[in-house]
Amino acid sequence: MPGVIKIRRGLNIKLQGKAEKIIIKTKTPEFVAVKPVDFHGIQPKLAVSENDTVKGGSVLFTDKNNPEIKFTSPVSGSIKAINRGERRAILEIVISPDESNGKEEFVKADPASITSEEIISNLLNSGLWPVIRQRPYNIIANPTDTPKAIFISAFDTAPLAPDYEYILKDSGRDFQTGINALIKLTSGKVHLNVENDIRQLSVFHTIKGVQLNKFKGPHPAGNVGTQIHYIDPINKGEKVWFINPQDVVAIGRLFDTGHYDASHYYALAGSEVLNPRYFKSIKGACVYSIATGNVKEGDIRYISGNPLSGNQVSSRGFMGFYDSQLTLLPEGNRREFFGWLAPGFEKFSLSGSFPSWLAPDKEYRIDTNLHGGRRALMITGKFEKVFPFDILPMQLIKAAIIQDIDQMERLGIYEVVEEDFALCEFVDTSKTDIQAIIRKGLDLMYNEMK
Amino acid sequence: MKKLLKLVNKIRPGFQEGGKLYRFHSLFDAIDTFLFTPDKVTRTGSHIRDAVDMKRTMILVDIALLPAMLFGMWNTGWFHFSSLGIVSEKTFWEIFWYGFFKVIPIFIVSFGTGLTIEIIFAQIRKHEVPEGFFVTGMLIPLIMPVDVPLWTVALATAFAVILGVEVFGGSGMNVLNPALIARAFLFFAYPAEMTGNKVWVAGLKNGEGIIDGFSGETILGYAAQGKLNEVPYTAHDMFFGFIPGSIGETSTLAILIGAAILIFTGIGSWKIMVSVFAGGYLMGLLLNLFAVNDYMSVPAWQHLILGGFAFGAVFMATDPVSAAQTEKGKWIYGFLIGIFCILIRVLNPAYPEGVMLAILLMNVFAPLIDYFVVESNVKRRLKRVEVKKA
Repeated sequence: MPGVIKIRRGLNIKLQGKAEKIIIKTKTPEFVAVKPVDFHGIQPKLAVSENDTVKGGSVLFTDKNNPEIKFTSPVSGSIKAINRGERRAILEIVISPDESNGKEEFVKADPASITSEEIISNLLNSGLWPVIRQRPYNIIANPTDTPKAIFISAFDTAPLAPDYEYILKDSGRDFQTGINALIKLTSGKVHLNVENDIRQLSVFHTIKGVQLNKFKGPHPAGNVGTQIHYIDPINKGEKVWFINPQDVVAIGRLFDTGHYDASHYYALAGSEVLNPRYFKSIKGACVYSIATGNVKEGDIRYISGNPLSGNQVSSRGFMGFYDSQLTLLPEGNRREFFGWLAPGFEKFSLSGSFPSWLAPDKEYRIDTNLHGGRRALMITGKFEKVFPFDILPMQLIKAAIIQDIDQMERLGIYEVVEEDFALCEFVDTSKTDIQAIIRKGLDLMYNEMK
Repeated sequence: MKKLLKLVNKIRPGFQEGGKLYRFHSLFDAIDTFLFTPDKVTRTGSHIRDAVDMKRTMILVDIALLPAMLFGMWNTGWFHFSSLGIVSEKTFWEIFWYGFFKVIPIFIVSFGTGLTIEIIFAQIRKHEVPEGFFVTGMLIPLIMPVDVPLWTVALATAFAVILGVEVFGGSGMNVLNPALIARAFLFFAYPAEMTGNKVWVAGLKNGEGIIDGFSGETILGYAAQGKLNEVPYTAHDMFFGFIPGSIGETSTLAILIGAAILIFTGIGSWKIMVSVFAGGYLMGLLLNLFAVNDYMSVPAWQHLILGGFAFGAVFMATDPVSAAQTEKGKWIYGFLIGIFCILIRVLNPAYPEGVMLAILLMNVFAPLIDYFVVESNVKRRLKRVEVKKA
C-alpha cells in the first residue's frame, strides 16, 4: 500500500449547519421520484404510465440507446405522476408508496460464486447498474466495458458533506458483499479511498479485496476525480468506474437478499436548518419528508447535493439519485449599499480582500448571491490555488469555451468532470459558470469520440 | 439607504429596453451597481460564490496605489518650492496641497476621458461597464511627469482605451498594458512634453523665479548624459523618494507598501514582482562585472530603487491581463522584464528609462511564454502513458 497521499492545493469552505451525528429514521415518504435528468446523456423510454402499480425494483424506464440499462422503482406503490418539462422531456416519475412493501425478486447469491456476466445482469435487472458511473464524461458505465480500475471515495470533503464512515458503521457486511461483486467487474483494482485520520475501528479497515488509499488535505481531496488523478490517472482511451459508498452497500444488499433495497442516508445540513441531522430515508425521497418542520424562516434554496456542485430543487422536489446530502442555504437576492467597499466581516473569500483571513475557523452563513457581475476571465493564478490536478485549469477552460477538441484532449479533459472545477467556479472573480463550460466540453468530446 | 434604493428602483424602468433613457442604460447600470451590489443569484453550478468581485479587486489595487499617489503629491510640492528656493519656509501641508492641486487635474482628465469612452463602448456592446479603468485611470497619471499638458493626457488616454483595449474586445481582452500604451504614445508622439530635464518639476518649464543651480533632471537623466558624478541625491533619497520623477514612481517605500497590499490580498502576483526584481538585480550584477563606464558600475541594488523600476514591477508587470497567465510563465515573464529593463536603461543611449519598453515587450511575448509552459505540461502528461507502456 502506498503512503498517505497529500493534497496541497484546495480549499475547505466552512459553512454553518453541519449535520450532528444523530440518525433520525423518517417514516415512508409521502412521495418518491426517479428523475431521468439525474442521469446525464440517457434518453428515457417509459415502461409505466400514470396510476400503474409497481413493486420495489419494477422497471420505470429504460435508456433508448442502451435498452438493457433499466431504471427501477425504489419503493412499491402507484405511479402518481409523470412530470414533463420543455419539449415534453420527462423530468420526474413520481411514485406514491403503499404499505404492501412488495419487492421484485432478483438473484440472491454470493458474488464470489457467480460469473461477472451474472453479476452484471443482476445489477442491470434490479436497476442498480446506474449507480456505477464512468470517467471520462461522468456518465453511466457501459456494461460491455471492462474498466481499468474502480474507485470508491469513502469520504467527502465538500462543504457540509455527510460522514460516510459514520452512516455506514453498521453496514460492513453489505459493503463487503458489494465490493466482492465489483471486484469481478474490473481487470484492475478496486480502490477504497479514505481520510488519513480515519479511526482505527472504522468499518473501512475491515474491508477485504480492495486497495485502501489514505488521503490528506483540503477539499477536493474527497472528490473521486482528485483521487483517480493521484492513484491511476486516466489516459486517452482508458476508462475507470466510480461509485458512491452508499451504493456499494445497496449492491451488497441486492446480492445478500435478492431485493432492490433503496434505503439511503441523507445529511440535512446548512445554515437554514434548525437541527441539522442525518436521516434514514429512501433514494429519491421528497425533500419535505426530510426537511419538514426543521427549516428556518425566509427565502431558502434547497440543494440536493453539496453547495458546490449539487442541484437546486424546489421545496416540493425530490432528492437526486447520486446525492446523500440536502443543503439549505439562504437565497442571496438582496442588494447591499456599497457592498464592494464595505469591510464585509460576514463574508468569505479565498483572497485576502475580505477580512475572513482573520478568523480561519469561523463558520459562515453564505447565501446564493453571485457577489458581482459577470466579466471577462481576467484574474489569473486563483484557479491554480484550488485545483490539485497536474492540469492547467485556465487553459483547459478556455479550450472548452472555444470548443477546441484537440487542445482539450491534450490538456486533460478526460480526467475531469464538472465537480472537479466547482472550487474554481467558487473562487472565480469573473463569476463565469465554469462547471457548465466543462460539461459542454465533455459533451462535445463524447459526441466526437462516439 | 432604503430611500436611495427606492429612488434607484423607481427610475430604473426608464433605462431598460424600451425606456426613454435606454441609450444611457450602461451609465445607469454602472452607477446602480456602484451604489448597491447586484442582487443576482447563482443559477447553475456552484450555489455559493466567493465574496470577491471585479469591483472589490480593482478598488483594492487603487488602495494599494494610494501611498504612491499621496507621496507623489507631496513630492511635487516639495520640488516645486525647492526650485524656488523657499521650501524651508513652507509647512508640510502647504507643500502637500500645492502638489495635490497640481496633480488632481491630471486624474480628473484621465478618469473623465477613459470612463466616458468605456461607458460608450459598454452601451454599444450591451455589456456592463467593466471596472478595468478604475485601475488604468489611476495608473496613467502616476506615470506622467507632473508638468505634462492636460490635453496630451486626454489624448493618450483616449488612444490607450480605444486602440489599446476596446478594439481587442474590451477590458480583459487587451494584449498590452493600457496605462503603458498611454505613456508610450506620449513618449513617442510628444517627446518634448515627456522628456528632458524641465518636465519633472512643476513650474520649471516657465522658468520664473527658479534659483540658480537648481536642476530638475532625474537621476537616469544624469546617467544618460554620463554625468553620474553630478547626481545630488543619495541612495536614501532614492528609496524614500526625495528625487524628481514621474508622479507615482519616486518613492520605493510607498510602492513597497502597495506591493504588500497586493500580495496580501492575492491580487498582484508575488511571483512576477519577485522575478522582476531578481532579473533586474542579476542584470545589474552582470553589467557591474563587465563595467567599462560609470553607468555600468552603478551598484545593482541601486537600479532597483531608481526611476520607474519598482513601480513597473509592482503595478505594471503584474497586470493579469497582459502578463503571462501560467504560474511558471509568470516567473519567466517577470525575470525577462527585469533583465530587459536594466539592459535598455544602461546600454541604450536613446532611452534613459527602460521599464516601460521592457514591460511592453514582454507583454507581447507573454503568450509565447505561456505556449511553451502549456506544451511542457502536455508533454509531461503524455510521458505518463509512455512510462506505463515501458
